[in-house]
Amino acid sequence: MIKTSGLRKSFTVKKGATVDAVRGVDLDVTEGEIFGFLGPNGAGKTTTLRMLSTLLVPDGGEATIAGADLRGDPGQVRMRIGYVAQGGGTTDEVTAREELVLQARMYGIGKTEARERANTALDAFQLTEYADRPCATYSGGQRRRLDIALGVIHHPRVLFLDEPTVGLDPQSRAHMWDEVRRLRADGMTVFITTHYLEEADALCDRIAIIDHGTIVAEGTPDDLKREISGDVVTVGIEGSTQHAADLLRDKDDVQRLETIDGGLRLYVDDSSTAIPQILRALDGAGIEFGKLELHRPSLDDVFLTKTGRQMRES
Amino acid sequence: MKPFRDTWLVFQRQMLLVRRTPIRLVIGITQPIAYLLLFAPLLKPALAPMGATSYADAYRIYVPGLLVVLVLLSGLFTGFGLLAELRAGIIERSRVTPMSRFALLLGRALSEVATLMGQAVLITLLAIPFGLTVSIGPLLLAYLMLALMGLMASALSYAVALVIRSPAALGPLMNTVSQPLALLSGVLLPLALAPHWLVSIARWNPFYWATNGTRALFAGHVDDPSVWQGMLVIIVLTVLAVLWSTRLFAQRVR
Repeated sequence: MIKTSGLRKSFTVKKGATVDAVRGVDLDVTEGEIFGFLGPNGAGKTTTLRMLSTLLVPDGGEATIAGADLRGDPGQVRMRIGYVAQGGGTTDEVTAREELVLQARMYGIGKTEARERANTALDAFQLTEYADRPCATYSGGQRRRLDIALGVIHHPRVLFLDEPTVGLDPQSRAHMWDEVRRLRADGMTVFITTHYLEEADALCDRIAIIDHGTIVAEGTPDDLKREISGDVVTVGIEGSTQHAADLLRDKDDVQRLETIDGGLRLYVDDSSTAIPQILRALDGAGIEFGKLELHRPSLDDVFLTKTGRQMRES
Repeated sequence: MKPFRDTWLVFQRQMLLVRRTPIRLVIGITQPIAYLLLFAPLLKPALAPMGATSYADAYRIYVPGLLVVLVLLSGLFTGFGLLAELRAGIIERSRVTPMSRFALLLGRALSEVATLMGQAVLITLLAIPFGLTVSIGPLLLAYLMLALMGLMASALSYAVALVIRSPAALGPLMNTVSQPLALLSGVLLPLALAPHWLVSIARWNPFYWATNGTRALFAGHVDDPSVWQGMLVIIVLTVLAVLWSTRLFAQRVR
């Protein structure tokens, strides 16, 4: 449904210097899946999304979206995709019904048909009650639902959602996930960027992580977690972690080790043999240690491994 | 056909916004009305050298100038609206649709023109009790000239807004540009009263020609050479300004 190869974009910044924002992105999103696109800020996430949604012209590479050639026929791509920006883009003084009718008309749909589609959309997104009130009176969740209703009014085959749940309370977020799943059930392909890894984990069939302008990981959330084999052990260390880190780094079971606030995080093959080894080593060296935690890798760990950064600090 | 349909669609939407916030109309028109009520009564004696022997004569000279100021100044400040809509993501939402890019800009500019013309008609009507008399044919031509000036000023403002991108810089810049332009077109007092050197400078100002043409039309002199001269200057400039701004819009809005 979305296929790209070698998609590139660079920007000229001050004094003629160029920044390669996206340096060859290959993606293959299949029909009817929810595809998550993750990456730290400045990694090329937004630039890629803007290229795919025809807002930016790529410098190089190929892309086909819903069967239309992105560079050869952006007009056709626009007919077949929907795009919902992070900030939405509704006008305070206008009502949901007016926005929906206008949006349908922008796709060349006639007046009568546009009104019917608006009614259907209001119903489907539970906005009928507020349909004739100005958008300024809407809650965050209602506004977001309207944004998505606007994005799909022309029945696109692919929907691009940029950070759809930023700033929503947990209940509205869960509601939004249901809406996205409902769109998938109708056969739509959904391409979603998000900052929330638990969202990617819960919602997306497959995800890709972009860093420094290239894709560094792609697969189902489970596959990616499995790829970082073994377990994650966190040990609280009192005082300097430097000594402990040097001591543990060379242990057979320890694959990777990171210093975190107040302790160490260790990626190990098998926790059942690694934990005794770790404890014995620390004890033998006389290092005071506190709480010890064990967990299966999460997408956070995948992200950290692939990009070297935490999602939150990025 | 499609660009026209799209332009009409954008126009309708922008007019809907104007209807929703009528206060914007009021704010735009307060200053011209103040000038009409508080400044114009001084005019009969002041314009006597121009041959104004009655208030009707004075208003025939003054009102067209006031209308030129209205469309010129208000038009030059419409770039603010465009920047606000860009920032709010409203334009981006239309750019992912197959809407004609040309229409996204032209429909907006035309809605500004429609608003300005509404204000112009209102000011004309308000001037009638003061003794303004004008015949309808030339008046409609004058409105056409004013509408073109508004379209040009608006397109110019959009273009400059797209280049500098900052509302904080747009305001002072437009003030700096518009004040000399307005004064050098003789909108307050006709430049016929001016010393020779000032007129020579004014001849380089397109609005000088347009203002003279508008005044001739208000006086009912359709065959005055200043009418076709003003019209020609304004048509050429409007086409250039619209082309420039739509080109910039296609290139720079990312």
